[in-house]
Amino acid sequence: MTDHDISVDLSAQVRDAAERHQALRLVGHGSKAFYGHAVVGEPLELADHRGIVSYEPTELVLTARAGTPVPEVESLLTENGQMLAFEPPGFAETATLGGAIACGLGGPRRPWGGAPRDLLLGVSLLDGRGRILRFGGEVMKNVAGYDLSRLMAGALGTLGVLLEVSIKVLPAPKVERSLTLALPRDRALALMRDLARQPAPLSGACHLDDRLHLRLSGNASSVAAWEKQIGGEGGSGNEFWRDLRDQRLPYFDSERPLWRLSVPPATPRLDCEQEVLTDWAGAQRWIYSRCNGGEVRAEVAKVGGHAILFRHGDGKTPVFHPLDPVRERLQRGLKQVFDPHGILNPGRQYAAF
Amino acid sequence: MLNPEVTRRREELASRLRTVVDGPYVLSSLEELKPYECDGLAAYRVVPLLVALPGSTEEVQAVLRICNEERVAVVARGAGTGLSGGALPVEDGILLSLARLNRILTIEPDNCCARVQPGVRNLAISEAAKSHGLYYAPDPSSQIACSIGGNVAENAGGVHCLKYGLTVNNLLAVEMITIEGERVTLGGGGLDGPGYDLLALATGSEGMLGVVVEVTVKLLPIPQRAQVALAAFGDVETAGQAVADIIAAGILPAGLEMMDNPSIRAAEDFVHAGYPTDAAAILLCEVDGGSEEVSEDIARVRQRLLDSGATEVRTAADDGERARFWAGRKAAFPAVGRISPDYYCMDGTIPRKHLPRVLSEIARYSEESGLRVANVFHAGDGNLHPLILYDANNAGELELAEEVGGRILELCVEVGGTITGEHGVGLEKINQMCAQFPPEELQLFHDVKAVFDPHGLLNPGKAIPTLNRCAEFGAMHVHKGDLRFPHLERF
Repeated sequence: MTDHDISVDLSAQVRDAAERHQALRLVGHGSKAFYGHAVVGEPLELADHRGIVSYEPTELVLTARAGTPVPEVESLLTENGQMLAFEPPGFAETATLGGAIACGLGGPRRPWGGAPRDLLLGVSLLDGRGRILRFGGEVMKNVAGYDLSRLMAGALGTLGVLLEVSIKVLPAPKVERSLTLALPRDRALALMRDLARQPAPLSGACHLDDRLHLRLSGNASSVAAWEKQIGGEGGSGNEFWRDLRDQRLPYFDSERPLWRLSVPPATPRLDCEQEVLTDWAGAQRWIYSRCNGGEVRAEVAKVGGHAILFRHGDGKTPVFHPLDPVRERLQRGLKQVFDPHGILNPGRQYAAF
Repeated sequence: MLNPEVTRRREELASRLRTVVDGPYVLSSLEELKPYECDGLAAYRVVPLLVALPGSTEEVQAVLRICNEERVAVVARGAGTGLSGGALPVEDGILLSLARLNRILTIEPDNCCARVQPGVRNLAISEAAKSHGLYYAPDPSSQIACSIGGNVAENAGGVHCLKYGLTVNNLLAVEMITIEGERVTLGGGGLDGPGYDLLALATGSEGMLGVVVEVTVKLLPIPQRAQVALAAFGDVETAGQAVADIIAAGILPAGLEMMDNPSIRAAEDFVHAGYPTDAAAILLCEVDGGSEEVSEDIARVRQRLLDSGATEVRTAADDGERARFWAGRKAAFPAVGRISPDYYCMDGTIPRKHLPRVLSEIARYSEESGLRVANVFHAGDGNLHPLILYDANNAGELELAEEVGGRILELCVEVGGTITGEHGVGLEKINQMCAQFPPEELQLFHDVKAVFDPHGLLNPGKAIPTLNRCAEFGAMHVHKGDLRFPHLERF
C-alpha cells in the first residue's frame, strides 16, 4: 500500500462543502462507525490520506497521516521495541490512527499508559472552512498557545478533520505476563485498588465472571517478583487483553444496549450494574442493565462519573452523557469557532452540534 | 493601557468588592498593592488597581460577577512564582489572589486522587499523600513554593516529565469559575469526562479562560527505589548522543538532565555537589521503579553512558549521594544568580537531535552580544533553559538579553520546536508567539478565548498577541526577507 498526501484535495472538498453549507460525514475506515449518532451528510473519505511522515525512535515521537492503519503504525513501532501506550481499540484490522485519536478511546493499558489525549503532541487539521491549521508540535513539552490539539482527541471529528497527528511513543515492556485469580467481584475490586496503590508493574486489571485478570509489564525481575507476590495462574499470552481491547470476548456478543461507565475506580457495585465487566482497575465498566438510560445516568452522575451508550442504543436515548448548561454553552461556542457552518460530523456526539 | 474612568472608581470598586469579600481582604492602598506588582519575572512590574483575596469559592464567584458587570479586568494569581509574567497585574484591573484557598479537601487513597484548593503548594500534596504510599508526580523546581492552581494555569512540568508527564497528564478534574461567575466541572470523577476535553484546554491556558477553584490530581504509588548516574563528557555533542543511546536501549529514565560547563561550574561553586568542573557537559540520569528493576536499569544506563563516550560515570552510592548529585542541578538557577547580577531564563523546547546545532548557535549569539549564557537542559524531553547573564544596572543590557533570548526562541521554532516548554508565554514571550503561529491560528486562539470570555476581561494582553502587535513585531524582525502579516496596517 502506498503513501498518499491528499490534504490539498481534502481541503478543497471541505471548502466546497462549506460554501454549500453541506454536512460532511467523516469516514476513516468505518471501524467505529457504530460509535455515536449516525451522521447524515456526504462522506469525506480519509483512508487514502495515509503514510508515516516521520518517526525517530530515539526522539520517542511518531508523526503519521490520519488515514494510516493502526496496525501499520504498531508493526513499525514493534520493530523498534516501542509501542502506542494507549493501546487503541481498533475493532478491526483496518482502523486508522486518525480515527483512534478522534474517538479518544483507550485500551486496557489506559490507566497506566495514558489515553490518546495524553500521548497526542500535535495535529494538523482542516477546520470547517477547509483551512489547514497546526497546533501543538513534535516535542513533549509545549505550552505556547491553548492546547487545541488535545481538544481534538475524543471530539469525534466535530471540530476538525485530522490530517496528521504527532504522538509520543514509549518503549515496549521487555516482559509481559498475564495472571488470573478466581475472585468474586467485590474482592477483585478491592485487590485491584490495593495493587493500584502499590508500585506494581500493572498494565491491565479486569474482572469478568468471577475471575480477576491482571497483566504485568516491565523488566523480567520486577514482573517475576510481583507475579510471585500476587499468585494466581500465570501465562504469557496477550489474547485476553487483545480480545478485551477490541470487544471480541463472548461478554460483548450481545445485541442488548452496552453501556460504558466512567467512574471513580473504587466505586462499589452500582444498582444499574446487573451484568458488568470491570476494566481499568475499576474506572471503566461495561454493563448491561435493566435500568433505563435516565436511571443509569442519574446513578453514575451521583458518584461523579458519566455514562456512554456505547453500542446497540435505541436511536432515541442520547449516546453521550448530557452536558450541564455551562459546558453545553462552551462546547457549542467551540464548535462555532472551529466549524461555523456546522458541516463537520454534525450531531455525531451531541444532537445540537 | 490606562482606563482613567476605572482608575477614578478605585474606591467605589473597592467598596463594592468589600460587600462580597471580608474588608481586610480587599487591598487598595499603594503599600498594600506593591507586593503584588510582579511575579517570578521581576523585570516587569505593574501595580494593580486593587487586590482581592477571596476566602471561598462563593467569594470568587461574587468577585468575578462584579468584574463582569463593571467590565473590569481580572488577573488571577497563585503563589506568584511564574517565570513568564503570566500573573503580572494590569493597572486598571483587579489582581485576584487565590492564596487563601489553601486547603487539601480530601485524599482518596482508594481512588488514587486528592481534591485540593488552588492555593495548596505543589509539594504539600505529596507530603499529605505520603502516609498512603502515594505522591503527586509533576515537580517543577519551584515546587516548595508554587501552588497547584498556578501549575494548572501554566501546565507546569519539572524534571520527571519524560516518564510521568506534565500537569495535564496528572489531573482528573478542575472546578472552574467562568467570568460570569458560574461554576463548571471540567474532567470527571473517573479517568475522563463527558464531551470535549475542556480539562486539557483549560490546563496551560494562563488564566485566560476562567479561574480554577478546585483541582483533583492523580496520585501515583511512590516508587520503591530511585538511583541516579552522573556522567561527564568532553563535548556537548557526545552527551547529546548518549541521551539518544539511552532511549534507543529502551530505557525510560525518570529524569534525564544535562548541564553545560558554565552551569556545572556555577552549581559546583554554590553547592559542592562534586561535579567534574572540567567536563564540557554532564548528564544526570535517574531511573526509578521496583528494587530489582532499578538495579538492572542503572547497570544498563552506566554501560550505555560509557559506550557512548562518557569520560567518567558515577552512580550514587546511597540516598545522600543521590541527593547531592541532584542538589547541583536543582540549585542551577540560584547558582547562576550568584555569578551574575541578573539572569534571564529561557524555556524553549527542541527535537533533541538538533541540540548540537542549537547550542553552537547560542554560543555564537553569546559571543556576538558579549553576554554569557549557561545552559541547563531537560535532555529527556528536549526542554532547554538557557540562562542569559546580564547586569540590569548597565544601560541597555536587559534589552540586549531580551534580544538574545528572542533569537534563541526563534531558533527553537526554526528547528521544529516551541518557544515555551513549561514556563508559559505570559507577557514575556508574547512577541515570539508571532514567530510560532501564523495569523489565522492566532485568530483562532482569540476566538476560543471569546467563547469563555466574550469581553476579554480575564488576564488581558497575555499569552496570545493581537495580530497588530505581530505586525509591528514582524516589521522589526524581517525573517529571511519575508514580511509577515503583509495585509495588516502598521502603526
